[in-house]
Amino acid sequence: MNTNDKTIEKIAKAIIWSAALFVLVILTAIIAYILAKGLPILNWGFLTQIPRNMGRSGGISSTIVGTLMVTAVALVIAIPFGIGTAFYLAEYTKESWATRLMRFSAESLAGIPSIVYGLFGFIFFVISLNMKWSVLSGGLTLSFMILPTIIRTSEEAIRSVPTTYREVSFSLGATKWQTISKAVFPSALRGITNGVILSIGRCIAETAAVILTAGTALKMPTSIFSPTRTMAVHFYILAREGISMENAYGTAALLIILIFLINVVANAAVNRLMEKGR
Amino acid sequence: MDNPVQNYKLKTVGINLYYGDFHALRDISMEILECSITAIIGPSGCGKSSLLRTFNRMNDLIPNARIEGEAYIGNQPIYGSDSDAVQIRKKIGMVFQKPNLFPTSIYNNIAIGPKSQGIKNKGDLDGIVEKSLRQVALFDDLKDRLSEPGLSLSSEQQQRLCIARALAIEPEAILMDESCSALDPVSTLMIEDLMKKLAENYAIIIVTHNMEQAVRVSDMAAFMMIGDDRAGMLVEYSNTEDMFSNPKDERTEGYITGRFG
Repeated sequence: MNTNDKTIEKIAKAIIWSAALFVLVILTAIIAYILAKGLPILNWGFLTQIPRNMGRSGGISSTIVGTLMVTAVALVIAIPFGIGTAFYLAEYTKESWATRLMRFSAESLAGIPSIVYGLFGFIFFVISLNMKWSVLSGGLTLSFMILPTIIRTSEEAIRSVPTTYREVSFSLGATKWQTISKAVFPSALRGITNGVILSIGRCIAETAAVILTAGTALKMPTSIFSPTRTMAVHFYILAREGISMENAYGTAALLIILIFLINVVANAAVNRLMEKGR
Repeated sequence: MDNPVQNYKLKTVGINLYYGDFHALRDISMEILECSITAIIGPSGCGKSSLLRTFNRMNDLIPNARIEGEAYIGNQPIYGSDSDAVQIRKKIGMVFQKPNLFPTSIYNNIAIGPKSQGIKNKGDLDGIVEKSLRQVALFDDLKDRLSEPGLSLSSEQQQRLCIARALAIEPEAILMDESCSALDPVSTLMIEDLMKKLAENYAIIIVTHNMEQAVRVSDMAAFMMIGDDRAGMLVEYSNTEDMFSNPKDERTEGYITGRFG
């Protein structure tokens, strides 16, 4: 290496390091700020009481339940359909105009702003199908929103499973389904889970799509037909209407903690499953 | 051979293989003897692996692959309208070029074949795992480590394990596609010893680039090359000793003496 090369090497290293450092500082600053503002608000009462006085006092229990219910409905629908479609695209069909159309639609849908899903959900589920503002309407809308992510990440995960796994499995006399369920799926599981975790995060954090479909009711939802307000929507309204910045920060802090917990739990569950496969 | 009809384990009759428009194998007829090692040799791209994979219908997995002619395992047609690729593959074990274990335990790597054939009883599976590992002389080394990941073993042990995995489905014949090419010379010799031992009970076909290996282990040798029409063809098929000491075809002689290939 001559001196010139060495200088370039140093400059490149400095740029890359500072980019990473910059991002790290920004990210930790945001999280630290919200936790600093929000954690003091979090206590048992805040978690277990329903909001009173528009959210000015009381807790956020009904929005926690609402968030979990809407997310659960979205996942129950999007996971089987998304993973099924991904296996279809990756394993059960040859490339054709139909698969290209499917992939193109999924990619386009992934880039659509969530408010558009909200509007669609509002017109289709809430009005046309008369499902009203409800956990179900919200969950269905979110399931459409996360489907493209689940399909794309799962298909990628399935395609990245080495071909030799399939060959070995077939050579041992396994059927196609046995090959997919025993040889391909376990190896793709981690990638598929990453897509699902990403989608859970998007569901929990979503406002635009759910405010139009699940509503803003503060009552404790009793079934999937109840209207509800998710934590992110609650946070948005508290801040937007200037109702209570303290409680908004408390909600935001809990959102961050929740997403963090889901990441940890899901990864631990996958690790457990992998261990069991051993 | 007094009664060649009864002596073969595998047989092809006028096999032609096409990948789309590409004619990959032209009119190949050969008989593979029971309890012997047959080596398929020839230059790269001459269709050795394609021929090997016609025996267990692995070419079926390639889109646009089409086959003409018939092959037999024993008296059973491999491609006939009654035969089912999954059933055929259960009778023929295959070992690949590189050790390709699943990222799971030693035990599960062997049990996966029997499990897919519906054997669920733990005791039965334990028995199969032990028997298969004994056949490849790994059981004593690994019996206390069956739950460890297969990928933690040396590549020679991994390839042995791959052989054990193929044996666990209780095949009638074994196909080995350059199964030593990823191993060092010492490991290669150890796997070759294992092949010879297995040949006491199984018909084995190996594809190899290594002519010394063909001489060392095989009873029969098949020399293939690319014909004028780019299709792979069988040039000479005979007793290994005869082929290497006294090749009948000058192309065979050219290849084994290193003039081309």
